[in-house]
Amino acid sequence: MRPTLRLLADDLVDRIVGEGFQLLMDPGVRVHNDEALDLLAGAGATVDRGNRIVRVPEKIVRRALETAPEEFYLHTFDGRPVVHYGGDDVQFDPGSAAITMLDSDTGRQRPALTGDFVNLVKLVEMLPQIDAQSTSVICADVPPEIGDLYRLYLALNFIRKPIVTGAFRKDTWWTMREMLLAMAGGQAALAERPVAVFDCCPSPPLLWSDLTCQNMIDCARHGIPAELVSMPLAGATSPVTLAAAVVQHTAECLSGVTIHQLAKAGSPIVWGGSPAAFDMREGTTPMGDVGTWLIDCAYTQVGKTLGLPTHAYLGMSDAKIVDAQCGLESAGGTVLAALAGVNMVSGAGMMDFESCQSLEKLVIDAEVIGMAKRLILGIEAREDPIALTLMRKLGHRADYLAETHTLKWFSKELYLPSAVIDRGSLDAWQKKGSKSAFERARDRARQLIASYKAVGVPADVRRELRSIATAAARKFGMNELPPLPEQALGV
Amino acid sequence: MANEILKKITTSIVDGEPDLTLDLTEQALAGRVDPMAILDDGLLPGMRIVGQKFSDGEYFLPNLIVAAMAMKRAMARLEPELRSRHQVVKAAGTVIIGTVQGDIHEIGKTLVATMLSANGFAVHDLGVDVPAEQFIATVKATGATVVGLSALLTTTMTVQRSIIEALRTAGLRDRVKVMVGGAPVSRQWADEIGADGYAEDAVGAVQEALRLVGQTTAA
Repeated sequence: MRPTLRLLADDLVDRIVGEGFQLLMDPGVRVHNDEALDLLAGAGATVDRGNRIVRVPEKIVRRALETAPEEFYLHTFDGRPVVHYGGDDVQFDPGSAAITMLDSDTGRQRPALTGDFVNLVKLVEMLPQIDAQSTSVICADVPPEIGDLYRLYLALNFIRKPIVTGAFRKDTWWTMREMLLAMAGGQAALAERPVAVFDCCPSPPLLWSDLTCQNMIDCARHGIPAELVSMPLAGATSPVTLAAAVVQHTAECLSGVTIHQLAKAGSPIVWGGSPAAFDMREGTTPMGDVGTWLIDCAYTQVGKTLGLPTHAYLGMSDAKIVDAQCGLESAGGTVLAALAGVNMVSGAGMMDFESCQSLEKLVIDAEVIGMAKRLILGIEAREDPIALTLMRKLGHRADYLAETHTLKWFSKELYLPSAVIDRGSLDAWQKKGSKSAFERARDRARQLIASYKAVGVPADVRRELRSIATAAARKFGMNELPPLPEQALGV
Repeated sequence: MANEILKKITTSIVDGEPDLTLDLTEQALAGRVDPMAILDDGLLPGMRIVGQKFSDGEYFLPNLIVAAMAMKRAMARLEPELRSRHQVVKAAGTVIIGTVQGDIHEIGKTLVATMLSANGFAVHDLGVDVPAEQFIATVKATGATVVGLSALLTTTMTVQRSIIEALRTAGLRDRVKVMVGGAPVSRQWADEIGADGYAEDAVGAVQEALRLVGQTTAA
């Protein structure tokens, strides 16, 4: 039996969904994108062009929910389906789009640069607990206008795992698609074996910007999976009661699914988000707050009820250094996400709300993720009888360590952490330098990055990627991109 | 042929397959491979690899123990063959090991005994709650050169000191090297009570014992 977390009673789910539908009629959604307005009007919604307010009848939304697929796979860049969006499968990727990096030597934040992102990408490739890549930081050494596509460009040179990404502009989405096509070898191959999912974020409350709406429509039309990231901020940009915040999330996501499916019925879309419970003392958006976790797990349950794949931003911390607060907040969110059955949990490595990435935190989070994945495997009988035969054989002898039964089962039954988790004697710990978790994580991060091996992206594809990214950079005053850390490519 | 089967024996130890190790040992004997070669070039290299993998964090305690069991079973088969050829396995050394009086913790001590045995030591495991007199009597009876004292409690680790003193009183202290171990035991404690050796885990204990017997023979 798999342990699961269900926060909402069935009738409460119904009421939340019911009110979500009603919000789409009154006050309706505000949509700053002409193509989306045309699609909605064409389907029978009432559109007030002047105010850009759309009132969407339930039956249009219901139709969209029927055509949206219940599940889909993301593939590795060599074609293996490894990430399953659907059912209760739980997978993890790093939190996305941080602007700073926690410096491994000073322990303080600084702007993230090309080398930082490449190191993050390599580390994610090497950490077995992390299932997918993300465009985890925005590099400060290129113009902000190409911040989105530059991350994808860098990542594509180093990755095999699928990637969660997103565009910051309408035109850059096309550049990013062009790169994915170069990697996949064409539109048909890319649509058949998706490797990337694009985050599309409605603005709370109930608003779609021109940019995010267009990204979502373009994804639908080209068979690139889209991931809704609705982010009610309870008590600030949404009602403070948690159930009401979930109602708002439901309405925003329902409108997203509708626009998306009207653009192309059957294209994959994910019910996701990054809500938070507003901090009433500091006026901030705490990701390590229990209220945040409750909203996330509750909307996940709503998404599952509606038959959609799910995503959530969980497993992050608001701490500024990798300390006890950082650990407890990340562990809490990660464990709950696993129990709630969130298909893609974004957040590993991320701290200071959603603004900083840390190699050390990523390595520690990987251990939490390993434990959370073990947790949801639950407890099985394994053998029949469960214990009788073995225990009668050994009687009162404590010799289980020497039994082949132990050798057979221990690595399946027990989660075996890396050396980041210290379980040695005091003496052994002292002998290794009396290191903190942060220092042990730094050692492991460096060791894994050093042992990363190039994935062998063909030279002509790498040249094409660079020429696509360079052409984009030139539009914004940068003639040459920073050099790629070539050493890591094995060339 | 001989090389190939010896390699397979090594691999079976590393993979933790005692039945296969025994089976391959039988095959090697039937194929007239020298029993001493089976030990030196088949079994022992396997144990060294297992020890290394454990130290590297790749292997865990059950891997270690099952490999040692495979080794032990193969040795039981080899010993009569060696005797019939008048060949003697030169033990790395003779070790007496036990958990000290007042302490009934067994796992760590047995682990060390098993690993020492699998690495070529003749081991006399006295069990748990062992009085000082029994250690002394066994040293006299066996001529052992290493004594291993295990204690898992802060209240019983002091007994390690009194056993070392008892060995001195009995005039045996210069004849043996004393190793101490157990959860509360540290290098500092070992130095403080005048022990010769200390290790954090069973693999370390083998290395420490080898170092100590090296000293013994050199002296």
